[in-house]
Amino acid sequence: MSDRSLQISEAPWAGAEVLRASGLVVDRDSSVALDGAGVTLYAGEIHALMGVNGAGKSTLVAALTGALPVVGGEIRLDGRALGRMTTTQASAAGIASVYQEASLCGNLSVAENIMIGQEARGRFGIDWPETHRVARRTLSRLGLDDLDSTTPVWALPVAERQLVAIARAVVHDPRVLVLDEPTSSLEPHEVERIFSVLAGIRARGAAVLFVSHILEQVFAVSDRVTVLREGRDVGTFETDDIDRAELISVMLGQDLDSLRMLGSGTRPHRQEPEGDPIYRTDKLGLRGAVAPVDIDLYRGEILGFAGLRGSGRTEFANVMTGSLRADTGEARIDGRVVKMRDPAQALRLRLGMVTEDAADDGLVTGLTVRQNIVLARQALRGWADPVGAAEADTLVEELTESLSIPADLIDEPVDRLSTGNRRRVALARILATRPRVLILDDPTRGADVAAKAAIERKIERLAGDGVAIVYISSEMEDVVRLSDRIAIFRDREKIAEVSSGPGLSVDTIVELIADDSHYDM
Amino acid sequence: MSTTTATPELKTEKSGNDVFRWLKLHIELLPTIAAVVIFVAMIAYGQIAYGGILQANTVSNLLINNAHLIILAVGLTFVILTGGIDLSVGAVIAFTSVLGVILMNQGWNPWLALGLMIVIGAAFGAVSGILIQYFNVQPFIATLAMMFLARGLASMLSTVPERLADDSPFLVLAENFKIIDGPKVNDLIITPGVIIAIIVVVAGFFVLHRTRLGRTVYAIGGSEQSAKLMGLPVAKTKLAIYIISGTLAGVASAIYTARLGSAQNITGIGWELDAIAATVIGGTLLTGGAGFVLGSVVGALVLGLMNVLITRDGGIPPEATTIITGGILLVFVLLQRGVLAKKRE
Ligand SMILES: Nc1ncnc2c1ncn2[C@@H]1O[C@H](COP(=O)(O)OP(=O)(O)OP(=O)(O)O)[C@@H](O)[C@H]1O
Ligand SMILES: [Mg+2]
Repeated sequence: MSDRSLQISEAPWAGAEVLRASGLVVDRDSSVALDGAGVTLYAGEIHALMGVNGAGKSTLVAALTGALPVVGGEIRLDGRALGRMTTTQASAAGIASVYQEASLCGNLSVAENIMIGQEARGRFGIDWPETHRVARRTLSRLGLDDLDSTTPVWALPVAERQLVAIARAVVHDPRVLVLDEPTSSLEPHEVERIFSVLAGIRARGAAVLFVSHILEQVFAVSDRVTVLREGRDVGTFETDDIDRAELISVMLGQDLDSLRMLGSGTRPHRQEPEGDPIYRTDKLGLRGAVAPVDIDLYRGEILGFAGLRGSGRTEFANVMTGSLRADTGEARIDGRVVKMRDPAQALRLRLGMVTEDAADDGLVTGLTVRQNIVLARQALRGWADPVGAAEADTLVEELTESLSIPADLIDEPVDRLSTGNRRRVALARILATRPRVLILDDPTRGADVAAKAAIERKIERLAGDGVAIVYISSEMEDVVRLSDRIAIFRDREKIAEVSSGPGLSVDTIVELIADDSHYDM
Repeated sequence: MSTTTATPELKTEKSGNDVFRWLKLHIELLPTIAAVVIFVAMIAYGQIAYGGILQANTVSNLLINNAHLIILAVGLTFVILTGGIDLSVGAVIAFTSVLGVILMNQGWNPWLALGLMIVIGAAFGAVSGILIQYFNVQPFIATLAMMFLARGLASMLSTVPERLADDSPFLVLAENFKIIDGPKVNDLIITPGVIIAIIVVVAGFFVLHRTRLGRTVYAIGGSEQSAKLMGLPVAKTKLAIYIISGTLAGVASAIYTARLGSAQNITGIGWELDAIAATVIGGTLLTGGAGFVLGSVVGALVLGLMNVLITRDGGIPPEATTIITGGILLVFVLLQRGVLAKKRE
């Protein structure tokens, strides 16, 4: 690797040292997940933590917050060594955390999730009115005034859960705030909101550590960045002193030159669809979720769904696969009317979907990556026709390689993978069913830079092979870059459809979404 | 609508179906509401078909005869809310009541004996809790082991009914106090046992809804993993709920023993299941995370009232009681399935 031009920051930060972790060793199920990792946080800084999927970021977060036991190294808070601590003790010491998989209790309300364990108490136990007041005040700091704090959390979409988890962490201004990919499922304006809250916390002299794969965000808000690789910290830099390419090269442990392949070239967009649509919806909709939508999806094209969260884009994707059952209109596959009842039936029709909710990724825990992939193919084929060993090998090799799932993970049980790697295995599993129609809701969420590039290349290749693809993402740039056509959603309705091409920019779409003229028609 | 910014609409459909929306979001209330409806329907039916249900002495008897069940159901509510189960309470009642009576007959101070009964109940709960929390034993197995242990200990003490002396001060727990002196025998009567049951219910309600312990119980039932990551004292709380359940078994034991005036090693067989049934009928999800103490009280009263109605009817063989209980339970468990399925959508 090439450290040549990199300035490793040794200089003490402006503020005082708040937290110093050094030489941390953490075991996860007998394998070593952290092997001498450390990070130092100063008062009044926002510190980014980066690294490829599986580098150990979440494990470091868990170690700092007492969620996983540390077998080596030490953590000092304000100079005092913290011994073996539980999450309860860590939060009492002022280390607040937001985990990668929003860890909330679905059965409790928004306000209860924010306040549980830190409720306001009066003479007669918990003072509910005051507790709700504090919760609402915190929500409004995050720009969530319109979120009903009595709604149970199970009824919220993933991104809102993430916001609730963040609200929980900032109720009582913590000394150290640790966030694991807090922004990966959020819309740009929400990300900004989060960052302004983080800036507020920094201004109060706390230290913020946040994990992100999104370079733009890291450069936009963080003062310093620490990179982890294979369970060790391989460098801490001032963000002003390092550029994107260098940062990526440190993360991957490769020379800058070998990274050219990550270039984000645009793919030539198809102008004219050929033949009959493979999937066509005729006023397909579900009351309360999405108004009736007409869509024609052709072989070999990528149809982007653009729109904000809650615009109906995800809802409609779910209606398309039967995860939500439509109550109006009809869907046709190859011209034949089909009633989508559930995702299992969709799979039989060779319609695959990757949902935005990773907790529900359809993987069989306990089985290895290989077994999960082969199982999916086997289920497609039926049990009378077993998948042979050679065929299984080719299948697994082809899929893991094209999605850049590290080869040494193939025989690991999926529950031992890091979140980003597991999401990619979930995608591989769907691809193993050889879908003719593929619906991808935020497929690159949580993927590191290299993995993201690999996924996008794979999507393009699938389209080239004739698969019809629906591509959904909060990253408007990605939608524009990848799609042939874009359906624009707003207020639970499809409001427009545009062809992609050199003339189309993100701004055009943003204008279409922001424009309210279609209400006056 | 003339919003110019593209902030996402949060689901605030301002239409007449606000109530409908609220119900959809709080669908876990449905089983509890159903239990209340059934309870009222049973009262109405009984009143119309047989008469004399809505009268003071029937109400008094219902409470007096079911005070112990109500107390057990409160304990089980805590346990089931976390997604656990406690099968030992019936056997703990047998052991503590036999021991208590023997000790009192040997001249122990009744209140000291009472204290010991409760402490022993708590100890059984503590052992279950430790097995479950620190040795990773399934709640079902851990409390099953405690059940066999307690039942065995009871049988070692005695296998015949142990009568409490008729003048034992302990019996004051079951003494009748007239609240309203009605015509003939139609009085509203209350016993200290019933008062204790009411206190237990109120305390249970308070703890569950107004203390951090109680909220942690709900959080554990929602997701134990999340509760841990949120920094909630999961281990302590799980230990506490089994201790609460055991303690309340000791209290129920004292009240039942005083009412009967005797104790036997075969007392309380299947009561844990009655208490579980009451809790489930009252709307507590077996998977944890949703339910109410007051629901469990209604559940216990539904079971009690059912016995009353069957007795009044005379035509239904008493053996059919368990079949009807089973039927009701089945309906409510199916209702729970429906609720969970609806939520998952
Ligand atoms: N639940 C688990 N059980 C066992 N091993 C695990 C578990 N989770 C992660 N690991 C292992 O620990 C190592 C570090 O994983 P970690 O989750 O910390 O990565 P990460 O940097 O957060 O990755 P990502 O970007 O995908 O979230 C990996 O080798 C992974 O396989
Ligand atoms: Mg992670």
